[in-house]
Amino acid sequence: MAAVTETIEAVQSVAEGGYKWGFETDIEMEFAPKGLNEDIVRFISAKKNEPAWLLEWRLKAFALWQTMEEPDWAAVNYPKIDYQDAYYYAAPKNKQGPKSLDEVDPELLRTYDKLGIPLREQAILAGVEGAGDSPSEGRMPIAIDAVFDSVSVATSYKERLAKDGIIFCAISEAVQEHPELVRKYLGSVVPQADNYFAALNSAVFTDGSFVYIPKGVKCPMELSTYFRINAKSTGQFERTLIIADEGSKVSYLEGCTAPMRDENQLHAAVVELVLLDDATIKYSTVQNWYPGDAEGRGGIYNFVTKRAACRGARSKVSWTQVETGSAITWKYPSCILQGDDSVGEFYSVAITNNRQQADTGTKMFHIGARTKSTIVSKGISAGRGQNTYRGLVKISPKAIGARNFTQCDSLLIGDECGAHTVPYIENRCMSAKVEHEATTSRIAEDQLFYCRQRGLTQEEAVGLIVNGFCREVLKELPMEFAVEAQKLLAISLEGSVG
Amino acid sequence: MNAIVNNNAAGLLGRADALATPAWAAETRAAGIAALRAHGLPTRRAEAFRYTDLAQVAQASFGENSPMGARGLGMPSLPLTRGAARLVFVDGVLRGDLSSLPPRPLSDAQALLGGLTSLPTQPIAAMNAALFEDGLFLDVPEGEDAGLVELVCVVTGARGAIGFHPRHVLRLGRRAKLTLLDTSDGAAGLAYLHNPVFEISLDEGAELAHVRIQREGRAAFHLSSVHCAIAAGATYDNFTLNAGGRLARNEIHAALNGPKAMCHMNGAQLVGDGQHADTTTVLHHAAPDCGSRQTYKTVLTGKSRGVFQGKILVSKPAQRTDGYQMNQALLLSEEAEMDSKPQLEIYADDVKCSHGATVGALDPAQLFYLRSRGIPQQAARSMLVEAFLTEATEGVGDEACRAALSEAVTAWWAQERA
Repeated sequence: MAAVTETIEAVQSVAEGGYKWGFETDIEMEFAPKGLNEDIVRFISAKKNEPAWLLEWRLKAFALWQTMEEPDWAAVNYPKIDYQDAYYYAAPKNKQGPKSLDEVDPELLRTYDKLGIPLREQAILAGVEGAGDSPSEGRMPIAIDAVFDSVSVATSYKERLAKDGIIFCAISEAVQEHPELVRKYLGSVVPQADNYFAALNSAVFTDGSFVYIPKGVKCPMELSTYFRINAKSTGQFERTLIIADEGSKVSYLEGCTAPMRDENQLHAAVVELVLLDDATIKYSTVQNWYPGDAEGRGGIYNFVTKRAACRGARSKVSWTQVETGSAITWKYPSCILQGDDSVGEFYSVAITNNRQQADTGTKMFHIGARTKSTIVSKGISAGRGQNTYRGLVKISPKAIGARNFTQCDSLLIGDECGAHTVPYIENRCMSAKVEHEATTSRIAEDQLFYCRQRGLTQEEAVGLIVNGFCREVLKELPMEFAVEAQKLLAISLEGSVG
Repeated sequence: MNAIVNNNAAGLLGRADALATPAWAAETRAAGIAALRAHGLPTRRAEAFRYTDLAQVAQASFGENSPMGARGLGMPSLPLTRGAARLVFVDGVLRGDLSSLPPRPLSDAQALLGGLTSLPTQPIAAMNAALFEDGLFLDVPEGEDAGLVELVCVVTGARGAIGFHPRHVLRLGRRAKLTLLDTSDGAAGLAYLHNPVFEISLDEGAELAHVRIQREGRAAFHLSSVHCAIAAGATYDNFTLNAGGRLARNEIHAALNGPKAMCHMNGAQLVGDGQHADTTTVLHHAAPDCGSRQTYKTVLTGKSRGVFQGKILVSKPAQRTDGYQMNQALLLSEEAEMDSKPQLEIYADDVKCSHGATVGALDPAQLFYLRSRGIPQQAARSMLVEAFLTEATEGVGDEACRAALSEAVTAWWAQERA
């Protein structure tokens, strides 16, 4: 019942909706010179006071990137990107190393308040508008790492987490404080030459989050990173590294927004997850980058490489993503299921409205015995949006008894949009079982009629049906995110129902 | 042209240049040569060929005078299917003495040649265009039921490791009907190439049932492609058994161009040790109210590889499309591999399209059920494999064709079991 009420509220809010995260914060910034070359890579590395090995690592990535070609196999179209016409480093001024929350620029705190992201530790519920009215008793807070353009500006609850031996900080801080961990795992899941955008990220990444959960520790609160692009003509290249040691468990959330602008901005992130024996990582994303206007002007190019390595036996990784933003999404969160009995899951809702384009999916590499994977993908196309599911399930000969189930459903709203499904299944193991099913349809007339007959307006009816269509994925999200995601779905589809 | 030096199709191009080309075939041949010259044969870098590498075809050499010491194949007894008209090609040459249908020269089909192919992106058709010499031309007039026609291609080995590239053109007038049973057989151990291309036009309300049995010798290459344009209310019903050859690729490109047209594409791939079988379908829904059904089954034994790629493209005008595709594979060996890539590309909103794919071994529970009732392991396996394949073959309407298919399946399984 609650969900239905929520949906109706969400649909009502559509009227005043629009992209309300599109404001710009006026804050004094420091930029690297425009353009991309070895000197910029050295500049970033120097700015972060990095050890020599990391500078070498970046330069190697940059050299590799220069030899690579931008991929063109995805079903997305965009004008050629001029990689020299952007700033690769932009940071709020007066920021010297990590500092306590009290010292954070009040302008930044106000920005995050406005975005509904409470950085102050007394705040209980994060990322939820409206839910703050009745905070439930005893709910654990959420620890947040806030990344503003190129740098992490604040990380909350660090001391509380440190009591359990958990490291949660900006990756630039981890490079200083825990170089042995960073050096061991950085690039071990997504190597520098993995793909064009990963190579670019490896050369110029500026910040991002670092998480280490020690052996046997269940992280007592949700960890979250909130990415905000603010400055003009910048790209954001963050790098996230999460290591879950034996028997540990963590739930990590990721959110993002950007100002409304006519120019396109590039976001090329890399996320690496490492899971040892019996570890569990739940990684949830609500991607709400500025999608551009109705005519396709502006918006973020979201070219992201996310991959989890289930190195240990019985480890489990679960990717859940709600992709409502970005002009272009190019993203395939993947699982390397190396440990015996390891489990990979991918739950995705992707919406394209107006002129948005999304080419997203997952890759499941079954290497260990009895590895299991589940893929549930829901694509919604409206306006002139183009939405593609692209996925790979690969079973190696040693993955005895492996199991995969994939379901991809697409919903079309309007006759100017497109929905595409491109799964690849490669099975080299006799005892493995792979099942895939996909459907594409529009909202059935009889379902709409049923709702209308009971007094719902057309928009309410569509909202209700879309939420039902996505439920399998939304239920995987942590509660606060699920509520926000439902609202986002409605707002993203604004104007598509006629 | 320096490019030719590095072109992996140089051998084929050399043969094409040596062919005498009659005027009616000149345009098609020139287009084929141009496409091969520009693109060569695809390697696995080409998306449409990521699972099947044609480079090995480029490395083999085919000619009329390159006997490979192969074991010859006696002419099969060729029992005449009841009432069927028949055309027989032996070693690539049409044999009037064995045929019961007065052949119509392919030159009469000049106006239809090359109309349905897109050579730069279809290398199998390009290879055929560059090298074709003969083929079947069947033109069924409006309203006529042509019954069952058999097209038989046999390679005996008498002319060595030939490469032959027949171009078959079929046109069915309005409400015309035809059942075409098309079989390919060949000598074992002979590395020949059979590269048939069909161009099929179906006018309004026409019905074509096209049953294909590909049973080439185990050392042969079979690269075939079917191109079919289906007008309003017409039906194209294809069943392909892909069972022979070292490397076999069967492509179907069908377009539903008029309202209420139908397309059925079904098939079975029987892939034994050392074989590579690929079925690739591209179905274009270009008009409203059309339907399509596809069911493909693959059984793999030994060290083998099966490929299925099936794309359903629904263009914007194709409202109220009903499209369904299922492909299933049974792995009977630890060394077998199945690669499957179903694909939906949809630009119309009032559609119902779905596809499904499964890959796995025989269900142990089903085996246990049969064994617990006293059925020996081997027999139980046979029953389950047969049942798996029957789901695809039972849709074939023509009795004679169904019998021929069933015989081919049984013979294959008997051989694999041994």
